[in-house]
Amino acid sequence: MKGPQSLLDHADRMKTRMGQAFVGQRAVFRGHDLHAELRHMDWVELFVFGITGRRFGAAPLRLLHAMWVYTSYPDARLWNNRVAALAGSTRSTPALGLSAAMGMSEAVVYGGHPCVRAIDFLLQAQRQLRQGRSIEEIVAQELGQRRIFGYGRPIHAVDERLPWLLDLARELGLDQGEHLRLAHDVERVLVARDPRLKMNYAALTAALAADIGLSISEFHHFQVPMLLAGMTPCFIEASERPPGTVFPLSCRHVAYEGRAKRRWPGPAQQNDSSNS
Amino acid sequence: MADDKTEKVLTRIWLEEPEPDNAFATRAAYCHGFDVYGEMLGRASWSDMLYLLFLGETPSRQQATLLNALAVALANAGPRDPAVHAAMCAGVGGSTAAASLMAALAVGAGQHTGAREVLLSMQLWTECGVDLTAWRRRLSEPRSDVAGIWPEAAHLPGFDPHAQRVSVPVRQALSCLASFGVGGCLSWLEAHRPSLEAVAGKPLSMVGVAAAGFIDLGLTPEQGEMLYLLLRLPGAAVHALEQRQVGHRNFPFFALELENDPLKEAA
Repeated sequence: MKGPQSLLDHADRMKTRMGQAFVGQRAVFRGHDLHAELRHMDWVELFVFGITGRRFGAAPLRLLHAMWVYTSYPDARLWNNRVAALAGSTRSTPALGLSAAMGMSEAVVYGGHPCVRAIDFLLQAQRQLRQGRSIEEIVAQELGQRRIFGYGRPIHAVDERLPWLLDLARELGLDQGEHLRLAHDVERVLVARDPRLKMNYAALTAALAADIGLSISEFHHFQVPMLLAGMTPCFIEASERPPGTVFPLSCRHVAYEGRAKRRWPGPAQQNDSSNS
Repeated sequence: MADDKTEKVLTRIWLEEPEPDNAFATRAAYCHGFDVYGEMLGRASWSDMLYLLFLGETPSRQQATLLNALAVALANAGPRDPAVHAAMCAGVGGSTAAASLMAALAVGAGQHTGAREVLLSMQLWTECGVDLTAWRRRLSEPRSDVAGIWPEAAHLPGFDPHAQRVSVPVRQALSCLASFGVGGCLSWLEAHRPSLEAVAGKPLSMVGVAAAGFIDLGLTPEQGEMLYLLLRLPGAAVHALEQRQVGHRNFPFFALELENDPLKEAA
């Protein structure tokens, strides 16, 4: 039992290399004066610098920007956007609606989980390739243990975002990376097993991010606001409609499949019986 | 108006009957078959309702008492708790009420003192049960090398990595909750706590007690994770409200030691 020494060591003060606000004077961001040195950065550039502590060139930054832009869909049916819209409809606030929608985008079916799993798989698979294993072996072993995220899509097998992002990667000269090549090879092996398992946006962005040099954790952080720009329009339009009119559910929209009606037990019955 | 082609929400929990002239107005609501406003209201307790919602049945008196006591034990972790600290940060700055609770939920969701730790601890209970050998074997197994949105757990869930010995409130909570005689985990935990702590190398925490209690109530780890988040909100709420009144001039701001200040490095 180690006890509270590490808590005692950290009480009242925090050592940091991330930054500090010297209120009324200046601000330091990862060892640089935010205003004197970094003020010309655009927001994504600063965000990525904040995540990694590294500077990226114009081409990778354009590609990272595009990853966000190409998947910003203001479709209020999408689950996360729908939450933003419902918040607008119930006259909640933009920050509450958007933070809830963004928080829930770290989901298993879409968003955070597939992105993290996809880059983890691609980085591990690339290491195994270098050790001389074949793509077929690597895919078969992974499928034997777990699902490979980044391939297949619930609604439609074709991902309309891919050609646009691939085109831009090509234009920027960022389409020759080993992880992107691997992602395509994995798709070939998976599609031979099941034609629905085409590459989706998670695998493509993960592969491009890995080729740019992002780690699993860095890509995890980077993708957090990826869907944000599509959410705000959903909130705004909903807030302009009459309150409560975003996909209102009537009693007939609810299909009850539970227990038949029954009487609430009296105190004596409840004491004696449970799980009736 | 809805017709046969209407997309529907499927539920086994809740039935609402509409007013004859308005399908959007409820005439009666039934929870797992019980008339909520016609029969339960005034007769059912908060813990009866929670148990019914999560488990679909009415609790026995002992089960309701255990859930009620757990709710009291978890209602307020106090201002030192990271989730309550987060809620106070929201309160002191005048953030919205929901943001205060969202802050508490986010910070109280994790693998250290949070709901994810409850889930992981309940998974251990599900795997190992009341078998000390199984706990030993499980703890010697290698960790997963698969990345996910949750970081690798840094300590055995249900135990306190920063404590030297089990705290008095944890012992008191375990003793009280085990006395209701629901399930077998809490009573086994009380009897074998020192042995289990020796296996874990750390003293039992309130998370571990809550996890054992949820297992005894028959909850799944996913249900326990949810209920733990919910039951800890009252304390977060009142501390956020209190700090709003106390004001930011009386709320700790702490000190930073900037290790790479460009001004100092240039000097």
